[in-house]
Amino acid sequence: MTTTTFGWLVLLFPLLGTLIIASGYRVLPGRSAGVIGTSAIGLAFLAALGALISLQSHSPAHRELASSLWNYANTVGVNAEVAILVDPLSVFMILIVSGISSMIHLYSISYLDADRGFARYFAYLNFFVFSMLLLVLAGNFLLLIVGWAFVGAASYLLISFWYRRTTATRAGIKAFVINVVGDAGLVLGTYFIFKHTHTLDFLATFNAAPHVFHSGEADIVAGCLLLLVGAIAKSAQIPLHTWLPDAMEGPTPVSALIHAATMVTAGVYLIARMHVLYELAPAAQDTGAVIGAVTLLLAGTIALVQTDIKRVIAYSTMSQIGYMIMGVSVGAYAAGMFHLMTHAFFKALLFMGAGSIIGAMAGEQSLQKMSGFRKALPFTFACFIIGGLALSGIPPFSGFFSKDEILLVTGERGGWHWILYVMGYMGAFLTAIYTFRMIFRAFYGDPVAEARELEAGYLHHAEVPTNPATGEVEDTDVGFPGPHHTIAERALPMRVAMTVLAIGAIGAGLVQIPEVDDVITTFLRPTFAGSPLYEPHTRDGLLIFGLILGTVLGLSGIAIAYRIWVRRPSIAVTARERLAPVYELFAHKWYFDELIDALVVRPAAAAGRFATGTFERVFVQDTLVGGSTGIVRAGSAAVRAVQSGFLRYYAALLVLGVAGVSFYFLLQT
Amino acid sequence: MSIGWYLAVSAIVFALGAAGVMVRRSPLVVLLCLELMLNGANLALVAFSRMWGNGDGQIFALVVMTVAACEVCIGLGMVVAIYRRQLPIDVDELRELQG
Repeated sequence: MTTTTFGWLVLLFPLLGTLIIASGYRVLPGRSAGVIGTSAIGLAFLAALGALISLQSHSPAHRELASSLWNYANTVGVNAEVAILVDPLSVFMILIVSGISSMIHLYSISYLDADRGFARYFAYLNFFVFSMLLLVLAGNFLLLIVGWAFVGAASYLLISFWYRRTTATRAGIKAFVINVVGDAGLVLGTYFIFKHTHTLDFLATFNAAPHVFHSGEADIVAGCLLLLVGAIAKSAQIPLHTWLPDAMEGPTPVSALIHAATMVTAGVYLIARMHVLYELAPAAQDTGAVIGAVTLLLAGTIALVQTDIKRVIAYSTMSQIGYMIMGVSVGAYAAGMFHLMTHAFFKALLFMGAGSIIGAMAGEQSLQKMSGFRKALPFTFACFIIGGLALSGIPPFSGFFSKDEILLVTGERGGWHWILYVMGYMGAFLTAIYTFRMIFRAFYGDPVAEARELEAGYLHHAEVPTNPATGEVEDTDVGFPGPHHTIAERALPMRVAMTVLAIGAIGAGLVQIPEVDDVITTFLRPTFAGSPLYEPHTRDGLLIFGLILGTVLGLSGIAIAYRIWVRRPSIAVTARERLAPVYELFAHKWYFDELIDALVVRPAAAAGRFATGTFERVFVQDTLVGGSTGIVRAGSAAVRAVQSGFLRYYAALLVLGVAGVSFYFLLQT
Repeated sequence: MSIGWYLAVSAIVFALGAAGVMVRRSPLVVLLCLELMLNGANLALVAFSRMWGNGDGQIFALVVMTVAACEVCIGLGMVVAIYRRQLPIDVDELRELQG
């Protein structure tokens, strides 16, 4: 089979899975929907491996393979082909997406076991993976936009999966609306590029771009900035990030899949894919880098004070995606993609661990009610520690290598990039603190009642199921979570999935040790062949310094977290009181929701109300609609008056009329 | 005899019928007057048929008679229905279809 055939197979399996589950959800017995969904993604992963092996058999100069299935439309200069591009970057992405997704599908079989929407869940999940694979395999802008929009729609479906929870449906709508803002940016950005290159095909665009654009020309900068809008909306970067924490309303495996491992990385992929264009638009690159750096720092501060365990991880995701966006924007493509991969492992692992502890708490997500689960949930605890160490960048865990490499390349750019470099290390320090704050609060301290029960062998079961966000009472029918909760200690599929990811979180960093193996840099080189920023670094001193600084910051962050939340919990209380304004700022998420509300939502609502009151009511309703009905009414009143109902009157009119016509013709002759 | 006389009689019969339709109020009489009008027309058709010396006009007259028979059938049926429902037998009273 050729390489591109493998690419098409990668798309085919999840699509088939979606169709089979969606059309057969009534007849599929038991848990078979989960098995079908998981094996579909597993097969996609195998096909991705096939694509990898087959791609490596080509010589490095010929590793960008495009294939078109059919031509959808060819009109007015737009050639809309259903085409994929299989190159090292897209193969790298499909491996991560299908690999992590198959583990998450496996985990979901147990996690959603009691849920009444089991088959629906797997249909959505397979559709999501299909959309994401379509996005990364797309060979032209058109298919990219299709995949981009599908991902947004699928994430709406999954966030609102428990559709009887009003908080969940609202979060889904919010995510969808913000993603559509990004979609609009992507489409408009594509237009700016297309206007000059006259092609939608990626390879043709990248070949033409250096010839038709001057570096820093207005149109290319505008195009790249608009593409960046798409990227930051999908990747939850400031200021379009507010949907991500709210999206934690979805089931926990969904958070692991969409909001950690795959969907939010689409923005990073987009910038890496469009690197040829971005390098012609330095202003857009710089904007991306600054947005990434600001996001990684702000999200870190917010994560410090969140009490919902899933939201802590969500803000940490924002922060880590900030590193990646910054990385691919300053030219650290391999490092950014490498961090994307390691992050997918440890973040999915952390979310799965969070799912397990939420199961042990019978759906409760607040860190304030968790404590001392270390003995009750030993496996989950181990996973959390591995994920936490990887996230904090402690050697030899995977996050250590990838994050430092991004910052190394940032530092090497020199000039004002040193500010980004410093911000990155400040973010790393915060990361260690908030990660271990979460772990220490959930697993150390005195065991809570639920933990004690679990130590005695009983899984806590809520008397009345409630919404963890609002405390509203719920039932366990379809549209709400099912009646039972699951913990990893008691479900083999969850343990298998978490073990695989834990191995990845420990070992994935070893594939690219600076100066030792550089596997990813070598593998991705064909995609970035023309980039002057790609070739690796020269400053060994900075490399060593960065690695040591990262380790020291990570360890001291953990030490501080240990001192504050394990040894002397009173410090946290005093600090919060002393620094009340700062605490409020962080706890209110830097008032971004309020800011967007004041700047966009309220003016739009006011404009809408004004338009209803004036234009709609006076012009449309009264003048246009009222005017035309008035004319019809008056006309029909006149005609109606003639209809007297007197038969003889009609007869007389008829006779007179005929007589009149006859006389007219008589007089004519 | 010239065609003029036939036409004059035909016109008088037609006008009598039309006047009857316009002034009489009983549905039965209105129907009778309609028959008068049709027969006035028939007379003219037959007269023209004679004048041209072919039978087309007479065929027309036969068709008109058939139509007239149908029309009377329906008309009388309606009159009977009106009578059965004890409605006034007066076209001026039966004016529910006004606009």
